[in-house]
Amino acid sequence: MGLHGGQFKTMRIPVETFHLDNGLFVTLSEDHTTPIVAVNLWYHVGSANEKAGRTGFAHLFEHMLFQGSAHVGSNEHFELIQRAGGTLNGSTWLERTNYFETVPSNELALALWLEADRMGELLPAMTQEKLDTQREVVKNERRWSVDNQPYGTMLEKMQELVFPPSYPFQHSLIGSMEDLSAASLDDIAKFFATYYTPDNAVLSIAGDFDSTEARKLVAEYFGPIRSGEGRPALPPMNLPPVFGSRLREVVYDNVSLARLFMAFRSPVFGSEKYYAASVASAVLGMRKGSRLHRSLVRERQIAADAGAFTLDLAKGTDILVVDVTARPETSVARLEEEVEREIDLIHREGVTETEVKRAIALIETDLLASLQSAGERADRLSMFATYFKRPELVNEQADSYRSVTTQRVNELISERFGEENRASLLYVPKEGVEPESVLAAAAGTG
Amino acid sequence: MVTALRPKPGPTRNYHFPNFHDEILPSGIRLVTAPVAKLPVVTILVVVDAGSTNDPKGKEGVAALTAGTLLEGSKRFDGAELAEKFEQLGTAVESGADWDSAFIKITVLSDQVDEATKLLGETISSPVFPEREIERAKAERLAEILQLETEPRGLADEKFSEFLYTEESRYSKPDEGSSESVSALSGKDVEEFYRSGYRSGSTTVIITGDISTEAARALVTRAFQHWPSGRAPHRQLIAAARTIRKSIHIVDKPEAPQSELRAGHVGLPRNHPDFFPTLVMNAVLGGLFGSRINLNLREAHGYTYGASSFYDWRRGPGPFVVSTAVQSEVTAPALREILLEIDRIRGERISEEELSLARDYLDGVFPIRYETTAAIASALATLVIYDLPADYYDSYRKNVRDVSADAVLQAARSHLHPDELQTIVVGDARVIRASVSDLNVGDMHVHGS
Repeated sequence: MGLHGGQFKTMRIPVETFHLDNGLFVTLSEDHTTPIVAVNLWYHVGSANEKAGRTGFAHLFEHMLFQGSAHVGSNEHFELIQRAGGTLNGSTWLERTNYFETVPSNELALALWLEADRMGELLPAMTQEKLDTQREVVKNERRWSVDNQPYGTMLEKMQELVFPPSYPFQHSLIGSMEDLSAASLDDIAKFFATYYTPDNAVLSIAGDFDSTEARKLVAEYFGPIRSGEGRPALPPMNLPPVFGSRLREVVYDNVSLARLFMAFRSPVFGSEKYYAASVASAVLGMRKGSRLHRSLVRERQIAADAGAFTLDLAKGTDILVVDVTARPETSVARLEEEVEREIDLIHREGVTETEVKRAIALIETDLLASLQSAGERADRLSMFATYFKRPELVNEQADSYRSVTTQRVNELISERFGEENRASLLYVPKEGVEPESVLAAAAGTG
Repeated sequence: MVTALRPKPGPTRNYHFPNFHDEILPSGIRLVTAPVAKLPVVTILVVVDAGSTNDPKGKEGVAALTAGTLLEGSKRFDGAELAEKFEQLGTAVESGADWDSAFIKITVLSDQVDEATKLLGETISSPVFPEREIERAKAERLAEILQLETEPRGLADEKFSEFLYTEESRYSKPDEGSSESVSALSGKDVEEFYRSGYRSGSTTVIITGDISTEAARALVTRAFQHWPSGRAPHRQLIAAARTIRKSIHIVDKPEAPQSELRAGHVGLPRNHPDFFPTLVMNAVLGGLFGSRINLNLREAHGYTYGASSFYDWRRGPGPFVVSTAVQSEVTAPALREILLEIDRIRGERISEEELSLARDYLDGVFPIRYETTAAIASALATLVIYDLPADYYDSYRKNVRDVSADAVLQAARSHLHPDELQTIVVGDARVIRASVSDLNVGDMHVHGS
C-alpha cells in the first residue's frame, strides 16, 4: 500500500489509534513501500516541568535513558538497534522529550521491547557512576553547543528575555553547570516515577508492519507497565497576547558579526491563529524570496543573512522570531534600524496575497517532502497525539495552511507586530565595538 | 514487569534500491531517472562536472561562486524575479559546488514539475551573472569567512585542511575560496568558468520521484535544449601531504571552554579498491555511536559530547580525520586515547562482535538511507560523480558483508598512518600547551587566533 491518494490535494496517511488499560496512547500508520518501520515515543515532559534548582534535568534524564534498564546493559540500546541496522536518538524540548528509532521492519519487536523495558524498569540500571559520566557528557554538550559556539546562548537568553520570571518556559533547556552538578539519583527516581509513565506517553509506529501483529506486541511489552499517579499540573500559563512594552537586551559576545533576534509573542502551536502566524513567519523569512531576504540581503545589502521561525510551543504562548545577521560593514545601530523599519512597514501596510501564496506553496512542499520519511510521520503523529490527543491532525496540516487567507495573516500582523510586542536580543562583537554607540542606539529605539 | 525475553528478528523482507534508467540524450546530457511513486513529489538534481577542484590556480572559490550565482539573473528575469517564480511554484533552488561537482537542485510537487523544470533549464542555460549580484555573493562569502574566526568547529576543519595538504593542492584551501582569492574574483572569471565548464558532456540530470522516465526525458530534452555541447576542462588534481612528519598545531583561543580537536592524515580516493574494508574498519574505529573512539572518549571518560572518525571520500584522496571537542583541561588525555585507539586497531584483529556490529549496521541501515526522493537523487549523483558501476547499490550490502576481520586489520595497517599524524587543536594554548607536549605527537606550532 502506498501513501499516494491519487491527487495530493486529498493526500492522507492512514491513522489508527488505541489505548492500553494503563493509559498508553498508541497511533499506527501503515505504509508498505519500503521494509522499514519507525517507532517513536513522546513523553509529555520537558524542561518546563523542571523544578527550581534543577535546570537541564529533563535533558540529562534523556541521556540516562540510554544507560540501560532492567534487561538492557549500559549503551546496549544503541548497540542492539545499530546491530539491527537501525537509526535512533532522543531529544528534549521545552514541552516534551522524544525517543525514536527506525529499523528494518523485521526488527519492530526489538525496538518496542527496548522502549518498553526502559519505560517499565529503568531504575534498576541507574548508578551514581553512570549519572556522573552523563553529567560530564552533558556539560560538554553545553560547552560545545552553547558556550563555545557563536550565538549559542540565543535560546536561553531569549527564554529569559521573553518569559516572565518562574514561568515554565523561562529557564534554560540545557541547564546551568551548577544545576547539572546538583542532580542526584534521587532526582532520577522521582522524575521517572512522575513523568515516565504510560499514561504520560504516546507511542507511534509508522511504516511497514502488520496492524494486528503490532497491537499484539504493544500489548505484550507495554501492557504490564503500571500507570502513574498523574503528573503535577503546570502553573497557569496564560499571558496577554503582547509583551506590553519594548524588551531589549544587548549581549557583547565572542562573535564576528552583529545579529539581531527580534521576538514577538504569537499564538500557540496548533491554534487557528498559529497557522496565520506561521505563514507570516514564512512571508518574512522563508527562503530568498521572503521580505527580509529580498529587502535586507538582496536590495539594501546590510545583512549577510535573514530568516524567521516560530518555536511551536503548544501551551501558554508561542514566539515568532526574526533573525538577521549584519554584514561586517553594517553598524549595530543600522542593523537595528533597518529591521525595525521592515517590521514597522509590514505592521503598517500588511502583506500581499502574492506573498501569502508564495509562503503557503513553500510550506506545502516541505510538509509533503518530509512525510516521505517514516520517522517524520511517526514523530508528527506523536506530536499531535501528545498536544491535542488528535494524531489525525497530521492530515489536516496542509488544509490548515491552505485555508489561511491574506486577511487573516494581516490581522495577525496587526495584532502582534506592534511596538508593544517586540523583544530584541542583540548580539554585538565584543572586540572592536564601542559600547557607547550601541547604548545610544538603545536610547534611540527604546 | 516487562518480559526479560529478548525478541528475535522476524524473516527479512527483500529490499531493492529503486530501479533507475541511465541514458545519454542526443544533446550529450546524461539523464538518470528513478520513478518512485510513493508521494507526489519529484526531485531534480543537475550535476555538472565543475566542482571546486576545477578552480583555476589563484581563482579558488570560482566554482562555488558560479554555481551560487547561477540563479541570480537570466536573459528574461533578474534574481529577485527568479526567486519569486520558483517559490510561487513551491520550490526553492539550491545550488552550489563541492569538491567534485557543481549541483543545482529542486524538490517540487509533481503537479508543478513541468513548469519548474522548464524554468530551471531555461535559467541555468542562459545565466547573465549581473555584476551587482556577483559582488554581493562575494561579500556574503567574505562575511562567512569572518564568522569562522569566532566559530571553533569550522575554524578547526579549515585549519586541518590547510596544515594537511601541500600548498599546491586545491584541497589545502577552503572549497568556497579564501578571503584573498574570493576578493580577487570578477564577473569575467565567473562567466569564463561557466562557459568552459557547463557543457553537455559534463552534465547529468537526475530525476527521482513521481514521474515516468518518458515524461522526464521529454521534459529535460525540451528544458535543456540550449545547453552547450562539449566537456569541462580539469585542473590537475594534487593531493600530496604538506609534510609526513608528525606535528601538532595549536590555534590559540584564550579562555576557550573546549578544545576543538582534529587528528588525521591524507586518506584515500573514493575509487580505491579497499573502499569497503576501510569503510568497515572506520565504522569500528569511530564511525558509529558504539565505535571504539566514541565509547572511550564519551561513555568511559565523559570527555566529550561526541567523538568520531571518518574518511572524507573524494575523487582525490580526501582527509582521514578523528574529530571531537573536549573540555580544555582534558585535551591531552583525550588525544592520548585517540592515539591509543589508532594503534590498537592497527595492532590486533577486531573481535567478531565488533565486526558484526559494523557489518550488520551498514548492511541493515541501507534501505533507511533512501526514503526520500532527494536521498535517492543524491545516491545516484554519487554513482555519476565517482563513475561507480550500475550495480553498485545492488551489490553494496554483499560487499559490506564480505569484509572479514583480516581485511579490516589489513585496511587499518595500510590506511592509518599514526607516524604521519597531523593534529590541530583550536583552544586555550595556556591550558593545553604543556600537557600535549608530553604526548608523542610531533613538533608543536602555536598560532595566534
